[in-house]
Amino acid sequence: MDRRDFLKQTITIVAGAAIPATALEFVNPRTLFAAHGSDVKWVFLADTQKCVGCGFCVKACKLENEVPYDANVSRTWVERYVICKDGKMRVEGNMANPGFGINADSPKGGRDGFTTPKIDIGEGKLVEIKEEDISKAFFVPKLCNQCDNPPCVQVCPVGATYKTGDGVVLVDRSWCIGCGYCVMGCPYGVRFFHPIYKVAEKCNFCYHRITKGLKTACVQSCPFGARQIGNLKDPNDPVTRTVMTGRVGILKSEYGTKPQVYYLALDREVR
Amino acid sequence: MIEVHGEAWTLKEFFTYPNEYIYWSIQIVMYPFMTGLVAGAFVLSSLYHVFGVKQLKNIARFSLVFSFALLPVAMMPLMLHLQQPLRGIHVMMTPHFTSAIAAFGIVFSTYGMIVASELWFVYRPHFVATALELKGNSQRGLIDSFRYLLFSALTLGSYDVSEDALEKDEKAVGFLAGLGIPVACFLHGYAGFIFGSVKANALWMTPLMPVIFICSAVVSGIALCIITYIVTMEIRKLLSRRKGKASGLPSYEELRSAEIEEVKLTSKYLVMFLIAAITLELLDLIFRGYTAVKSWDILREVIYQKDFYKIFVMQYGMGNLLPFILFKLPGLTVRRAGLGACLMLFGVFMMRWNVVIGGQAFSSSFAGFMEYVLPIIPHNIETAKEGLVGAVAVIITPYVLFYFINKVMPVFKYKGAH
Repeated sequence: MDRRDFLKQTITIVAGAAIPATALEFVNPRTLFAAHGSDVKWVFLADTQKCVGCGFCVKACKLENEVPYDANVSRTWVERYVICKDGKMRVEGNMANPGFGINADSPKGGRDGFTTPKIDIGEGKLVEIKEEDISKAFFVPKLCNQCDNPPCVQVCPVGATYKTGDGVVLVDRSWCIGCGYCVMGCPYGVRFFHPIYKVAEKCNFCYHRITKGLKTACVQSCPFGARQIGNLKDPNDPVTRTVMTGRVGILKSEYGTKPQVYYLALDREVR
Repeated sequence: MIEVHGEAWTLKEFFTYPNEYIYWSIQIVMYPFMTGLVAGAFVLSSLYHVFGVKQLKNIARFSLVFSFALLPVAMMPLMLHLQQPLRGIHVMMTPHFTSAIAAFGIVFSTYGMIVASELWFVYRPHFVATALELKGNSQRGLIDSFRYLLFSALTLGSYDVSEDALEKDEKAVGFLAGLGIPVACFLHGYAGFIFGSVKANALWMTPLMPVIFICSAVVSGIALCIITYIVTMEIRKLLSRRKGKASGLPSYEELRSAEIEEVKLTSKYLVMFLIAAITLELLDLIFRGYTAVKSWDILREVIYQKDFYKIFVMQYGMGNLLPFILFKLPGLTVRRAGLGACLMLFGVFMMRWNVVIGGQAFSSSFAGFMEYVLPIIPHNIETAKEGLVGAVAVIITPYVLFYFINKVMPVFKYKGAH
């Protein structure tokens, strides 16, 4: 073999080997998708000053998402807070003072509105608060925070719950084993077991609607515009503008979950 | 009205979120309790095999077999707890490794294999002897034919019982027992990690949880071995006394002295691990009170008010202090040791209860409480599975299994090398 042949054959072999070597790298659809990138990131904005506690959002959500209407669980709910001038909690008429306490309730998730000034303290017991004792009272809508660092996704032992590229945490009903670890892992208490499907259930920003250009059921049904959904990647979206320029709060930042539901006028007493 | 999971046994007080219920009920109390027994029983048997504590010979073989009987039962509460029990296998098939539970399949089966192989080496001469004996019997009945099949299968084709081979067996047992200790600790420490890593739960989240779990696991495992050992020895004593020589048992006096010796020594280890467990638990409690972070207001309410009786009277008082005194008073008798061990077992059970149920006794809102009402008379499948009925089923099963395993691997009659 002379030098010319040697070089020729070497080039052929190297070139030939290079093709199968590149073929060995598997094409990961997720990597491809990420390279392309999603131009949507769903976020939610709740204005507590606009919420009147009518419960239309809860009604609409239950009907839209087939969560049994009378079951005592809900994907979204409304909380009522009644803060007294002395900062204390009223328990069954007399002034007990557990330091942790707060006058707040969410009977049936606030589905039927708050029609009595009495506070529901559980197991059907109601407690009345004198009007002159009240310093402030307000309503706070709650739903899944679609965290950027979701503990529920982290703890699922089978990967049945996952975060989509556009920022929503979903549950695969066909794969969930119903261990309840995600329910335990959520600091916001948004998860529960669906009474019929017997798997973990939670708010998903009405994913079936928002991906088709519709609003979520709760946003659609809110008569006061207290609830809004938007795309954080669209700078002209009114929600994005508020989140970027307004003073917005998030719930329980201490858990490091990076929630994507933003609140306007969030009171320090909100749990 | 459609009942939601957890609604049947949860009482809510003050401000709780609408979806909050006691989702992890009695079966999740049983799960760490049962795995604790498995791990503890194994550690006890390893004391003999690895550290050569010769006096523990009898109880070591017993606790190894019992640990094997407990093994499948550690999985039972999980199956009874799952909302989709048929999908439980997904944890093994498609584990999602960021979850603490996902490692369960791997840790559990590794541990199971170690215990099974150790048992095989311990009982190999017995398998060989029984298989050969049955082979020689030309007029086998149906049962003996089955036994022959079983035992010859169990030998795995290895019929060599020469001195040399047995010595190798012994080495293998030592190695497996040594390997088993860290794996057993991992199995249980990992159960502690499942709870300790839940950042959403103020009571559970502490890095001490795995270590606390291991120590209390060893306590419960040893306590259970003592109790079961005493019970079986009492039965044998009774048989020996009634039938005399005909029973083929050692004499009553021999049994009696052997029993108290073993019990005395084992109880020393029991007390040691108890002290370790209590120290860590108290450290955790003091630390929480001293640092008094946001959650302390409600935790204090749960620990010192709502659950005071369950924690300080039933767990620390009846379950730890009282048996500690019983074991430490001079002149330990078998009866006193038995009572002490029973109380300790109860104490560890209460510890599991106070962690699992206590951790759900307050709302994530830190402004309300939840109370678990154990369903005693079930009114549907859910209240049967996650109520007294389910718990009792989990407690009984290891004894049923032990009965059958004992037929194949006799714990007492066998005079093997180990």
